[in-house]
Amino acid sequence: MMTDGLRQGVRHGAAGAAPAILCAALLGPLASAQQPLVVGSKTFAESYVLAEIMAQLLEAEGYEVDRRFGFGGTLVTFEALQAGAIDVYPEYSGTMQHTILTSGAEFGTEAFAAEVESLGLETLETLGFNNSYALAVTGETAERLGLATISDLVDHPQLRFGVSHEFHERSDGWPGVSEVYGLPQSSFGIEHGLAYRAMLEMELDVTDAYSTDGDLIRYDFVILEDDLSFFPTYFALPLVRQTMEPAVKEILNRLGGTLSDARMRELNAEVSIERRSFADVAAEYLHEQGLVSDADRQEPTDSLIADLIANTIVHLKLTGIAVAAACVLGVGLALAVHRSRPLSRGVLYVTGLLQTIPSIALLALMIPLFGIGQLPAIIALFLYSLLPIVRNTVTALLTVDPLLKRVAAGMGLSQSEQLRHVHLPLALPHLLAGLRIAAVISIGTATLAAFIGAGGLGEPIVTGLALNDTTLILQGAIPAAGLALAAELGFELVERRLVPAHMMTSRLPS
Amino acid sequence: MHEIIEFLGVSKRFGDTSVFERLDLAISTGRVTALVGASGSGKSTLLQLINGVLVPDDGSVEVFGGPVPTASLSAFRRRIGYAVQGTGLFPHLRTDANIGLLGKLEGWSDAELADRIVELMVLMGLEPDLGRRYPHELSGGQQQRVGICRAMLLHPEILLLDEPFSGVDPLTRDEIHERFGELMLAEPVTVVLVTHDLQEAIRLASELVVLDAGRVLQADAVREVVERPANEAVARLFERLQ
Repeated sequence: MMTDGLRQGVRHGAAGAAPAILCAALLGPLASAQQPLVVGSKTFAESYVLAEIMAQLLEAEGYEVDRRFGFGGTLVTFEALQAGAIDVYPEYSGTMQHTILTSGAEFGTEAFAAEVESLGLETLETLGFNNSYALAVTGETAERLGLATISDLVDHPQLRFGVSHEFHERSDGWPGVSEVYGLPQSSFGIEHGLAYRAMLEMELDVTDAYSTDGDLIRYDFVILEDDLSFFPTYFALPLVRQTMEPAVKEILNRLGGTLSDARMRELNAEVSIERRSFADVAAEYLHEQGLVSDADRQEPTDSLIADLIANTIVHLKLTGIAVAAACVLGVGLALAVHRSRPLSRGVLYVTGLLQTIPSIALLALMIPLFGIGQLPAIIALFLYSLLPIVRNTVTALLTVDPLLKRVAAGMGLSQSEQLRHVHLPLALPHLLAGLRIAAVISIGTATLAAFIGAGGLGEPIVTGLALNDTTLILQGAIPAAGLALAAELGFELVERRLVPAHMMTSRLPS
Repeated sequence: MHEIIEFLGVSKRFGDTSVFERLDLAISTGRVTALVGASGSGKSTLLQLINGVLVPDDGSVEVFGGPVPTASLSAFRRRIGYAVQGTGLFPHLRTDANIGLLGKLEGWSDAELADRIVELMVLMGLEPDLGRRYPHELSGGQQQRVGICRAMLLHPEILLLDEPFSGVDPLTRDEIHERFGELMLAEPVTVVLVTHDLQEAIRLASELVVLDAGRVLQADAVREVVERPANEAVARLFERLQ
């Protein structure tokens, strides 16, 4: 699974796309019999539930399934599907119309079908429900202000709007709804899971919601009626590539029309309120629909420790490879340029620039180049690790006492001997400090790698955010913090071994 | 070879500032020659021209009967010991490793190296136990002696000393001078000593080169210079330094 991630990253790189297609054409039936079907999802509970339902159905039919849940946003997930990194994920007709298709053609029209086909994709049968966008307020707010429809919001300019980042930008989201209804308020972007919290804390009055959201039941939120019928329909459906084996399509099509709005809201509530696992809820649903027989039903394995260990190992692998590579290249780069001030400045400038790219943006930029999974995550972490290592090493080498440099040269040490016996040992404390910063930053940033399917300790965090489940978030956050601490202590031990006590930088002044 | 170091019409400039113009100077084999003069007279620059740390703009510096090489300088420099003001000991190496670094690079055996280190430390009046200490754990005087030991490790033919005994109290300095004298008796070597301390020069050197603003005012045996200053300037300098 781990090497899988790397391989997939490489296999689905942009440069390798043509050979990959060729291989797929030649080996199609053969390869699909051996390779697991990869099911993806986005980062909200419903997407997890639907993906899990598809995964279990396919497993019940004898397919091996690789679950890659929690991709960060529509474009990332769509990109992953198109690149062949995943085989299917649950998408919504409205999202396709407004976010994916450039024509903006409505679902069900010829134009819609044509553009989907031109992308090499295919929509399978809709699952039944319509999970439209909606605006929600707390029951208390609705009662106090007498709010029932979106139009009612116009009279209350003091209301504070906080909406999910995607909704904030989408044409069928905030820009459209505020224009059509002539809403006087402005809004800001906030992570969806956090928005509900803010609503409960009365820090926020209005947010966007999905009409099938189970949390609406739990928090007693009221959906405001879309009285001008602004929001488009959002029918859920499995989105696949055309090349998918017909037999697999047929299996997924069995889910068509089986889920009503109310049933979906219940399933969502099962996971987000009753705290049942996705696997459990999905299994129950499939059984109830008669899509999976008792014999096929898999006992959900509750293995907190095993998950924790697996996630930690992946996390260590991501950061370990990235930091080790950054160390080799960073120190090498520093050694190569430190004799020239202009070159040193140039290298520091470029590595500094890399650092200013927001991590989630850098991860997203990696997808077209390296696909999804661990490879792009490692490359992104590697780029982030370069700055502290290069900067500290160059600075340390540049600031070696000039008298000691003169003595080392004057007493007859060759260039490489000067470097090995004088310059590097004197620079070592700062070099190690840079390495330590890189490792700690990397361990923190690697939690975001879950957004591009790299796994690691970010996975429970992302899922926890989707479920608004603090326990799950902590299952990722606490080990990540522990790893950072362990890295900090580990490097201190290394420093103690390699650096004489009087030259250690980690020593705080007493 | 009578003159182990020769400056032939050497000019050296740093940017627009000229340190030497067509300087001629010869330093005799086997003697201790002191370069004296006020700060800024070019003493230190002269020393660094001998081991090729600095390169003349004009003229040539000849050492061991030929010009200072421009390539494979490290082999050339290992025939020349070098100790500087402030000692220049490497803070990350213990005393014995500081003294023994070049021997290690030359591939000496551990035993050979240890023997030589102890030999030099004893000659300079250092307890061999101090070998385990880091430079910052030594007194200023001890550090200066370690600097001399390090410069003498490979039995160099020339020893360049750039104000190596400055900045310690007079008693300590006297003792170091004595030890250095003994070392020179035990292992005679051509010494070029840069100092602004005339007493030190008279005490340690047999030859004196008096420099002022990049010019050689007088170069002769110590006795000659003291008794018969070549000109007013030398006499004045002596008065001032004494």
